[in-house]
Amino acid sequence: MTAFDEERLARLIRALPPAPEAWVRAAQELPLAKAGLDEIVARAEADARFRDRLVADLEAALEAEGYERDPAVVEELRVRFKSK
Amino acid sequence: MAQALTDSELVARCRAGDQQAWAELVDRFSRYVYAISVQAFRLSDADAEDVFQEVFARAYQHLDSLRDDAAVRPWLAQLTRRLCIDRLRASARERPTADEELELAGSEETLTVLEEALTVHEALAEVPEHCREILDRFFARDESYKTIGEALDLPSGTIASRISRCLARLREILEGRNDAAPPSGSR
Repeated sequence: MTAFDEERLARLIRALPPAPEAWVRAAQELPLAKAGLDEIVARAEADARFRDRLVADLEAALEAEGYERDPAVVEELRVRFKSK
Repeated sequence: MAQALTDSELVARCRAGDQQAWAELVDRFSRYVYAISVQAFRLSDADAEDVFQEVFARAYQHLDSLRDDAAVRPWLAQLTRRLCIDRLRASARERPTADEELELAGSEETLTVLEEALTVHEALAEVPEHCREILDRFFARDESYKTIGEALDLPSGTIASRISRCLARLREILEGRNDAAPPSGSR
């Protein structure tokens, strides 16, 4: 980049509007979701009954145990427990 | 204001499990990822949202495999482009008319503009807070003088001159960077 007249700067600032807030927040919360996922997986590995309930009806099992049903976590669990 | 972390420092902190650093990394690159999918590849909102979440999910998952922490920016750009193309290919299979869109998508010209735009956006971090806010509100958020005046408690008549002064300040910073000739990706 070489010359920076006002018009060009304005155009370049305008080129990056903010992403929707909810998208940003969801991406920022990935570490929390990952921690929740790890906890559920660890518990399922240690508790065969819990694992069976996850396989039978994932969302119902999570709700019954009071886990927050983050869509990304649910999707990941669905993949993991279907394949087992 | 605290000195902003470089991309390398930010990545290192993320890798160490610093959740705040991850939030900062998402914040720093969210506009860029969003713009690539919506402007360069013209994805629908629903597809753009899927790509956006997938980019950051993969980045979070594979941060350890990034060889050069300073290269997080081109790494994210490449990841975004790849996922956008995958998405368009999937659409093309579903409806043949999307083939043409796939050919036109991801023009190098638009991607180059967005790359420059991110450089300018990063330079905004170096201007005073009041400048950053007014420039972002007016240009990036497309707010009117009236809205900005109310939000920042400024008379509408002073906004245009303030924007002009702030652009001049931003220009000085960018030209100072060019004079110092930093290597690209060194942030």
